[in-house]
Amino acid sequence: MGKFSKQSTVSAAFDMIFSQLRTMALVLKHTFTKADTVEYPEQKPYLAPRYRGRIVLTRDPDGEERCVACNLCAAACPVDCIALQQTVDDDGRKRADFFRINFSRCIFCGFCEEACPTYAIQLTPDIELAEYDRQNLVYEKEHLLINGVGKYHDYSFYRHSGIAVDINGERKAKGDAQQEKPPIDIKGLMP
Amino acid sequence: MADILVKLLEITIIIALLIPIAAMLVWVERRMIGIWQDRLGPNRVGPFGILQSLADLLKILGKEDWIPPFSDRIVFTIAPVIGAVCVLMSFAVIPFSPSIGVSDLNIGLLFFLAMASLSVYSVVLAGWASNSKYALLGSMRAAAQMVSYEVFMGLSVMGVVLLTGSFNLREIVLAQQNGWLIQTQFLGFIIFLIAGIAESHRLPFDLPEAETELTAGFHTEYSGLKFALFFLGEYLSVTLISAMSVVLFFGGWLMPEPLASWLPPLLWFILKILCFVMFFILLRTSLPRPRFDQLLSFGWKYMLPLALLNLLVTAAFKLGGVYG
Repeated sequence: MGKFSKQSTVSAAFDMIFSQLRTMALVLKHTFTKADTVEYPEQKPYLAPRYRGRIVLTRDPDGEERCVACNLCAAACPVDCIALQQTVDDDGRKRADFFRINFSRCIFCGFCEEACPTYAIQLTPDIELAEYDRQNLVYEKEHLLINGVGKYHDYSFYRHSGIAVDINGERKAKGDAQQEKPPIDIKGLMP
Repeated sequence: MADILVKLLEITIIIALLIPIAAMLVWVERRMIGIWQDRLGPNRVGPFGILQSLADLLKILGKEDWIPPFSDRIVFTIAPVIGAVCVLMSFAVIPFSPSIGVSDLNIGLLFFLAMASLSVYSVVLAGWASNSKYALLGSMRAAAQMVSYEVFMGLSVMGVVLLTGSFNLREIVLAQQNGWLIQTQFLGFIIFLIAGIAESHRLPFDLPEAETELTAGFHTEYSGLKFALFFLGEYLSVTLISAMSVVLFFGGWLMPEPLASWLPPLLWFILKILCFVMFFILLRTSLPRPRFDQLLSFGWKYMLPLALLNLLVTAAFKLGGVYG
């Protein structure tokens, strides 16, 4: 009897029988509990606002692309599903020449979002990505770019950075950005 | 001549009803297990998913009916047929209602036990002919399990035979008009039920299949229609064991008087069977599978002595005139 060695054989046997009957009674009680199932296509499950689903590229409040194609997201990506190349506009603004995410490889870990220095790449609570053709899961820049600011409504990278660019057609010189001091003349004698 | 034709028609109707019922049990079982596990179960095909079995059947017919090149082809092919046929044969002696029933065999109970023993061949031959390790292990277990549980299955129903004085199942039912045999043969009923579960190798005694350890046990190598036959045999034998329990211990189609007039006897019989089927499904959802040596020692060390004791006490009471 091993574990039941201190009990008599008869009471141990009754314990075992009772245990089996109790198990069955407990299962039978579940006849009256509600099923936990969410009947998906008809009934959508609740997805939190920060749920990690389909990846988008956002724009800043001025409507310009936030992505500066720094490649940090592609470097952070554990499955190497992001491919992009940088190009520089005439006014000094940096953009992605192409930006490609292969969603058949993406594991929705959100590392790209964490790595992004300009809040450009963000994950959204959209999970309905199924396609009949595998090739359709490769999203190009025009599929990824949205006309919105995503989770950070007021953030604009170029208004903070010390890079001279055009914002809404106006030239923003070096030193004009928010919380930025004018450049120091390193050849001057004054401190 | 006309008699034979009527009999043949009756047999055809019974088989034509039994097989769809066994198929429906697959859906009932999946649905009930779902409910007991706080899920919904299959509910997409048709209203409440009632056509799920039909969809499964169509799918299984579309599968390749593969015979492994390393197997013994002839035995491999006939093994599933033996299983299904043996179970269907047993239904010949079941009295469904006062007027329905294929045969009033005088040795009906023995015929049932014989057919139950024969169905072991299906499992053993399937495992042997498959020529694969899992299948062989499964069928080896099946042989040991079914042979040892057969012994006290036979002994457990001898109490019923003692009290009714007949091996004829219809007479056994009629002898219960003044009270079902469950009152006097409770121990015999429990032993018969346990042996029955082991005979139909259902959980918790599904060691021949044991999908968690033996992939699928004796039918690992089977696919398509032959696999479906094994499945059919299993669900038919669940129905058979339920029907036998009702006939032997719960008065068959008989009901106490106020209830008996509410429904026709056949419906009462089916309702009682359904209760047992539900119990079988509940067992499957709730109890874990014992180890193989535990199963055998449980059978030989506890069930067999209990069955003998039950027989002895029943015989002594009968002789002493306790049962009148």
